[in-house]
Amino acid sequence: MYNALRYIVILALIGMAAFWVVTRPERVDEARIAQLAPDAARGEAVFWAAGCAACHAAPEAEDEERRVLSGGMAFPSPFGTFHAPNISPDPDHGIGGWSVTDLANAMLHGTAPDGAHYYPAFPYASYARATLSDVGDLHAYLMTLPASDTPDRAHDVGFPFNIRRSLGGWKMLFTHDDWIVPVSGERLERGRYLVEALGHCGECHTPRNALGGLDYTRWLQGAPSPDGKGRVPGLTPDKLDWSETDIAAYLSTGFTPEYDVAGGLMTDVIKNLSHLPEDDLRAIAAYLKAVPPAS
Amino acid sequence: MKKTFAGLTALVLAGAVASTTFAHLAHADTAVEAALKARQSHMQLYAFNIGLLGGMAKGEIDYNADAASAAATNLAALAKLDQSRYWPEGSSTLDLSPDQTAALPDIWDDDSEIGAKAMALVEATAAMESAAGNGLDSLRGAIGAVGESCGGCHKPYRQSDD
Repeated sequence: MYNALRYIVILALIGMAAFWVVTRPERVDEARIAQLAPDAARGEAVFWAAGCAACHAAPEAEDEERRVLSGGMAFPSPFGTFHAPNISPDPDHGIGGWSVTDLANAMLHGTAPDGAHYYPAFPYASYARATLSDVGDLHAYLMTLPASDTPDRAHDVGFPFNIRRSLGGWKMLFTHDDWIVPVSGERLERGRYLVEALGHCGECHTPRNALGGLDYTRWLQGAPSPDGKGRVPGLTPDKLDWSETDIAAYLSTGFTPEYDVAGGLMTDVIKNLSHLPEDDLRAIAAYLKAVPPAS
Repeated sequence: MKKTFAGLTALVLAGAVASTTFAHLAHADTAVEAALKARQSHMQLYAFNIGLLGGMAKGEIDYNADAASAAATNLAALAKLDQSRYWPEGSSTLDLSPDQTAALPDIWDDDSEIGAKAMALVEATAAMESAAGNGLDSLRGAIGAVGESCGGCHKPYRQSDD
């Protein structure tokens, strides 16, 4: 009896140790950060490609107000409602106190400065593929934007999803920084970088499993809308048969080939992507043509 | 061909099968039915004129200053037309059906911003009217704002068809 109890205690301790290791926050290598030469002008291009304003600008913000990253947008999901935080350079309410390392840990590993795991409503599952130099440039640009003293709103997430530590296991199971579609050539690789990393297109256009992990075997094949209303369309060549020119024009102006316009959240995505050079939009289109069709 | 094009455009524009399902309208008020037809047709006229400008911007249609100007002038004129009778109370997708209209009831709310959204289209199409005849780059510089003003209304006030 005593022996049995001892085994149970030992097994529990091993289990707890394993949990602790698996759920430990990951961080970037400081030595690599030190080698960066951040540039705010290049960072603005990263800012638009990464679509920061789509979630972190105040809801309803238009034009120049979209550079004020006061947060506030709500994201209903099956796990609860997430609220985008203030990421303006305000030292108290925003991320004014963040170093490049802090931003890199957040974007590439989903790890907060205090070591907490972020919820994957923040698309670090995609940003994990971003280059460290783009993160450095983005940091430089974000610090030039207007500060906002809007306080963050707490996420409205119930048990068990409110145990952030367990997100470490979620990350281990469902995130990686490998490329999803094999492509070669400068243009396709640029398109892939914009779609799979910065643009985080897969976060809405790829279906998720029961635990909210992206189903990489059905990459960009379309998915139910996270708010439960309607569907996000598929982008694979069997579903999106527009020409590359049509896709690039849509991402720049919002007009479909029939001259209807984008609706829903895609309206905000286009407000960001329309700042990209045409070569980048064409690279995105070329990449989409190379994505495997749904079988 | 023209008829097919018109039908397709109406489908996409309104997010609703307009021409083939008028049978469903049998129970709807005649005035409402006429208003739906009018506003969906108006959307087609936007699309028809933007189609030329967009085709030139994409490089699918050769740029021609006179033709571009004419289309942009039409577009600006269309944006300015009084549409108040197109949108009677009781003509939202909830009042009728998704097959008939995609118009969300928020359009008629007391705090509706539909007027401001319409003004944004007037401004963007006026800018296009000045720009379209001054060369392809000038046209291309103006078309994004036109698309954005269309989306400005469609995002909050049109039921998504996905």
